[in-house]
Amino acid sequence: MKIAVIQFPGSNCDLDTLHVLRDVVRVDTDLVWHKDFRGQNYDAAILPGGFSYGDHLRAGIIAAYSPAMASIKKMADENKPILGICNGFQILVESSLLPGALLRNSCLKFVCKWTTLKVETESSAFTQLYKKGQNIRMPIAHNEGRYFVEEETLEELRRNDQVILRYVGENPNGAIDDIAGICNKERNIVGLMPHPERASEIILGSNDGKRMFESMLNWHK
Amino acid sequence: MIGSKSFHVAGNSHAANSSSQFGVRIMYLVEIVVGNKPQAKDPEGQTIMKDLMHKSGYDCVRDVRTGKLLKVQIEANSEEEAKQKAFDMCNDLRIYNPVAHYCKIEIRGKT
Repeated sequence: MKIAVIQFPGSNCDLDTLHVLRDVVRVDTDLVWHKDFRGQNYDAAILPGGFSYGDHLRAGIIAAYSPAMASIKKMADENKPILGICNGFQILVESSLLPGALLRNSCLKFVCKWTTLKVETESSAFTQLYKKGQNIRMPIAHNEGRYFVEEETLEELRRNDQVILRYVGENPNGAIDDIAGICNKERNIVGLMPHPERASEIILGSNDGKRMFESMLNWHK
Repeated sequence: MIGSKSFHVAGNSHAANSSSQFGVRIMYLVEIVVGNKPQAKDPEGQTIMKDLMHKSGYDCVRDVRTGKLLKVQIEANSEEEAKQKAFDMCNDLRIYNPVAHYCKIEIRGKT
């Protein structure tokens, strides 16, 4: 299995993600500049966190028009796992690969802290090795993480079991229904605001995020 | 004005209202305003109202909604064409996210 971590101008969690995949999860991984990305060469792709294109106009919107995203769409159609972390999640919603929008945090501040999250479903490419209802710890670091959808879409997400993670206790950004991460209907595309790559080694405070990457390796095995 | 399907396109009385007689393309000043839909809370607007306006004695202010303004110069043969180009571009490039935002296009004049 070969994974791509896609690098946009302004990505800054790309090397952390690459390190975790190569050195902790031990899977063959390439760091790929977005213009050079060819989905047919990979079995899964990760859109890392950061500030692609300086968050100009709206976080994620300019990267959503990168040719890499057409390739990502094709991979998604082939049921390959796609993960968007933080800015990667913003890129996925702005590409319409996931529903919704990520608005400015309610507190109007950049929030960087550890959060406790509840795994809401085992049924996704990135949560299948967790237990439903399990609490895990991962940090967040964002300014635009307030997930928003209109009521009708929210009902649909709940009905289809597409909410994969919710904040437990304090809701750090005002996200609707405490949503921290969702998946698409086909369950192979996942976007989340917390950073699993920053919680994959005990020395960093938690390795709860590691299973997210290990789940990806087991998708449709 | 609200939402993706009901784009509001408002003309300005000072703006040009006819095609160029000789086919000379004109530069139109177009303002694109993007803001949160009423269903999406606007904490920045609320903070400006409560912590700045109300605290400074402007109790008359009842609501504040913030947004983003793009001032765009568009080359076109007529005001209608400039509006249409701006409308198509906003949808094509998702200048606003239709889930959470409304988008308003106004012609402000020509150069």
